[in-house]
Amino acid sequence: MSGIGTFDLLFFGLTTLLVLLGGIGTVAAKNPIRGAMGLLTAIVGIAGMYLQLAAEFLAAIQIIVYAGAVVVLFLFVIMLLGPQATTSAGAAGTKVSRYFGAGVLLVTSVGAMSLLWRTRTEIAALPKLPPGHGTIEGIGRELFTTHIVPFELSGALLLVAVVGAVAVARGKQIDPTSAVKVAVAKKPTKQASGEAEAHTAHAKEAG
Amino acid sequence: MSTVPVEYFLIVAAVLFVVGAVGFLLRRNLLVLLMSIELMLNSVNLTLVAYNRLHAANHAGQNLAFFVIAVAAAEAAVGLAIVLAFFRVRKTIHSDEANLLKN
Repeated sequence: MSGIGTFDLLFFGLTTLLVLLGGIGTVAAKNPIRGAMGLLTAIVGIAGMYLQLAAEFLAAIQIIVYAGAVVVLFLFVIMLLGPQATTSAGAAGTKVSRYFGAGVLLVTSVGAMSLLWRTRTEIAALPKLPPGHGTIEGIGRELFTTHIVPFELSGALLLVAVVGAVAVARGKQIDPTSAVKVAVAKKPTKQASGEAEAHTAHAKEAG
Repeated sequence: MSTVPVEYFLIVAAVLFVVGAVGFLLRRNLLVLLMSIELMLNSVNLTLVAYNRLHAANHAGQNLAFFVIAVAAAEAAVGLAIVLAFFRVRKTIHSDEANLLKN
């Protein structure tokens, strides 16, 4: 691998450091605001990696959408929730099953990676880039010809997501906690199960 | 133009995905869970773009990454709205408290 330039290697190392430190910081942070900052770091690092992979348009989109919108949205919600968002309520200790699941996942993925490493082939040579690869013009041309249907559908998805987010976040105007308290106080008894049976019977009739 | 091989980026993406998945399984703060999902989506995007560098004749990987970014933005908006609604009901964002359907 003598073909790697010094500057390229330095840039790659910097972005790798940003991505991995940001990712670990996101996951390990006690305070969600620190987590959001870690996410921001990782996102900026990935934008740098897009630049190295000849995806300039995606690098710009990454910064605009993630760093400019998603992380800010996270920060808005953290500020809206206030101190309850940061306290680790009921620190009764993490359950064993949780650590067990994470451990199984970790061992499996590390095993898969080492297996891949042992069966690796030689590193593929980078192909020559056609002119306009990864630019707005190159991507836009394909986006508006080959992928026009998913493009329009993603516009519809974003519209529905905005309306849905507002509808869910606004909630009903009555206080939902009162209904919940009643439901919790009324432990599931025969009456409740009878109600459920009545519901299913009704559904059968309707069906 | 960078001369770093594509395989290096794939390794970084795999490690980032594992970090995000372990965080999703270990943490109990709903906001951190959503951030872990974003990390995993980002690592998948990095993989797509890296493979697109190997097959530079078209932009299939980059276009798919574009759509993934759009879906991830929608997912973040709806997910955070759900967190807000959950917080309004239970006064906490602890994922263990989401047990209304349990009994």
